[in-house]
Amino acid sequence: MADTTQEHTHGGDTAPGDSREELLSSLKAYVIGLALAIILTATSFWAAGTHVLWQPGVPIGLAVLAVAQMGVHLVFFLHITTGPDNTNNVLALAFGVLIVFLVVAGSLWIMANLSANMMPLEMMDLHHQR
Amino acid sequence: MFGKLSWSAIPINEPIDMIASGLMILAVLGVLAWVTVKGYWPYLWREWLTSVDHKRIGVMYVALALVMLLRGFTDAVMMRLQQAVSVGPDAGYLPPEHYNQIFSAHGTIMIFFMAMPFVIGLMNFAVPLQLGIRDVAFPTLNSVSLWLTASGILLTNMSLVVGEFARTGWLAYPPLSELKYSPGVGVDYYLWALQISGVGTLLSGINLATTILKMRAPGMSYMRMPVFCWTSLASNLLIIAAFPVLTATFAMLLLDRYLGMHFFTADGDGNPMMYVNLIWVWGHPEVYILILPCFGVFSEVVSTFSGKPLFGYRSMVAATMAICILSFIVWLHHFFTMGAGANVNGFFGVMTMIIAVPTGVKVYNWLFTMYGGRVRFHAPILWSVGFMVTFVIGGMTGVLLAVPPADFILHNSLFLIAHFHNVIIGGVVFGVLAGYMYWFPKAFGFTLDEGWGKVSFWCWFVGFYLAFMPLYYLGMLGMTRRLQHYDNPGWQPWLIVAAVGVAFILAGILALIIQLVVSIRTRERRRDRTGDPWQGRTLEWSTPSPPPAWNFAVLPQVEREDAYWHMKRRAREERIAAAEALAYAPIHMPLNSPTGFVTAFFAVVTGFALIWHIWWLVILGLVGALITTLVFAWRDESEFEIAADELARVDRAHHQAYWVGGTP
Repeated sequence: MADTTQEHTHGGDTAPGDSREELLSSLKAYVIGLALAIILTATSFWAAGTHVLWQPGVPIGLAVLAVAQMGVHLVFFLHITTGPDNTNNVLALAFGVLIVFLVVAGSLWIMANLSANMMPLEMMDLHHQR
Repeated sequence: MFGKLSWSAIPINEPIDMIASGLMILAVLGVLAWVTVKGYWPYLWREWLTSVDHKRIGVMYVALALVMLLRGFTDAVMMRLQQAVSVGPDAGYLPPEHYNQIFSAHGTIMIFFMAMPFVIGLMNFAVPLQLGIRDVAFPTLNSVSLWLTASGILLTNMSLVVGEFARTGWLAYPPLSELKYSPGVGVDYYLWALQISGVGTLLSGINLATTILKMRAPGMSYMRMPVFCWTSLASNLLIIAAFPVLTATFAMLLLDRYLGMHFFTADGDGNPMMYVNLIWVWGHPEVYILILPCFGVFSEVVSTFSGKPLFGYRSMVAATMAICILSFIVWLHHFFTMGAGANVNGFFGVMTMIIAVPTGVKVYNWLFTMYGGRVRFHAPILWSVGFMVTFVIGGMTGVLLAVPPADFILHNSLFLIAHFHNVIIGGVVFGVLAGYMYWFPKAFGFTLDEGWGKVSFWCWFVGFYLAFMPLYYLGMLGMTRRLQHYDNPGWQPWLIVAAVGVAFILAGILALIIQLVVSIRTRERRRDRTGDPWQGRTLEWSTPSPPPAWNFAVLPQVEREDAYWHMKRRAREERIAAAEALAYAPIHMPLNSPTGFVTAFFAVVTGFALIWHIWWLVILGLVGALITTLVFAWRDESEFEIAADELARVDRAHHQAYWVGGTP
């Protein structure tokens, strides 16, 4: 990789913007993240199968666990923090979430509207299109 | 053993096919033989095919695009000739199934294999130079992207010789593109070629976005970046967001065709309308992926040749990013007539009209940049002015089409064809050609011939109006698109005018070729020794032409926007003294790598085998690609050092040439 800043002339194989110490501390973060992810996953499986809990609350609990899981992934694996040098990643995440929201919500709206307005496809004689 | 492949795949009974493919094969063999006889292979392999230098990769992208421009334009000529004659009793010279392949190939090639590589090539070449850095973030990945794009191009062209191409239009709508209605290999060629090149495009987008976000020269804050870098950033963000949608959509269609699934089929609870919805979720951002970098080129060109800073830099940045977001909220305008209700159509119609506002802001900014400037009318600014006139017309017809009731009358007609050629030729083609003529001296060290450049511009400009204004009129008369034959003799005169327009565009393309040949022959006279032939304002012009592999011996310190312009304003003594006093340190540059080329080879093998259902070859190709990746991952050496002496020698020679022999 081409060196971009003079401080990084001897940086070796690091991603742009990362230094050696950050890599070492991130190993610890990965282990913590993995442990949290496993705990959250195991809890979800347990909650889905058990009869100890009040049943109508289980789906809500699963949703909460899923959101927590996303948070763990973002913080420990994708390294989204609120630090000043992390603005790019936060912005990229926000952009991604926005686009996914636009595409999913837009598609649902459009397709629901289409099926409400059109006759079912089976009733159209598509064989005459050849 | 060979799946669906047999000798009957060669279209031996179709003279037009055979002549075309024969000529193509002869041309390829001719080039290969010439390279072999001249003994250029080692040079080509070492310096180009395995190069990971962003400048060379950019040049190769542009070369691919120029070749595919010829291929796509040939299709256009055939369509225009067919429509000029095929009225009433005359059936023309192209049978319907061949005509359908031609309009499908024309659209596919022009968008995916002409416009995309051209735009990506210009970004690859100019963005790192403008940012003041030595390469992109992932140089080897860059080479992989290039060669995957080339794989897609190769597969598409193979379909001319072996088998057939899709007859479904350039977006292959189901249910027509489903196995039931298109049982041949044409759609498979289309899908696999675009899947492979799509991966290349996505990787390239990630690469360039990372480069712009993470690797700028010291002091190059966001608001000091040249506008071309901003528009490139927006374009690459759109690539990252939109291309996965295309890949997923095609993957579902492939599952329908190969494994009998029912995502988009008309029966079995499939929904073809979902395909149309998803393909345009990609398709509308795609047009902004193409046009935004061209807006950037125009900004650079207008500012440079007017000798003024760009008017309203901040509003330009804001407009670019606004377009980047808005382009994801307008896609339904491509299928107003599919059956959505008034509230959905109304919303997307209004959003479409809103997106014209930031574009309008940009046009005014360019006009105000020229206003009061001392405009030097070189070829690049001719393209820019031609763009402003033409694009505004195309934009206005676009706003007209954004009105759903108007769209119900005009959709699927030649009015639509005229509209999108109006914005794509008048915007993208003029833009990439402006960029080509603007950065050519930087890439090769000599300027292009001005006279032939101007001839080319005027031929393209006049040719465009002659070829597409009649189409607006025909669209309003009710002529639909993709007609191989028509019965109304009243349309014919207009189609003949359009054919004459295409002849003008042909002259424009010939002028481009002549310009290149003439310029290469007289290159000694037109050497650019200063590295700054246009009195440029941005950092790429502070390097020698062509720039050394490392671009900048010492990374520039950026203190404000239009960085190079302000460096030049300082006294020359100060500059020479500064160059003498610079402390040169050795730098590391990435080694060339055949990874990209070899990956592409296996991608072509895999794609071809998938198209023809040759399953053992699919496995072979995939294993080959995997091994290539592993070999690259376990490489020992990835960089080499360039000594400080070498850097100092080249850099000081450039400063000498600039300040002693140069213009200022």
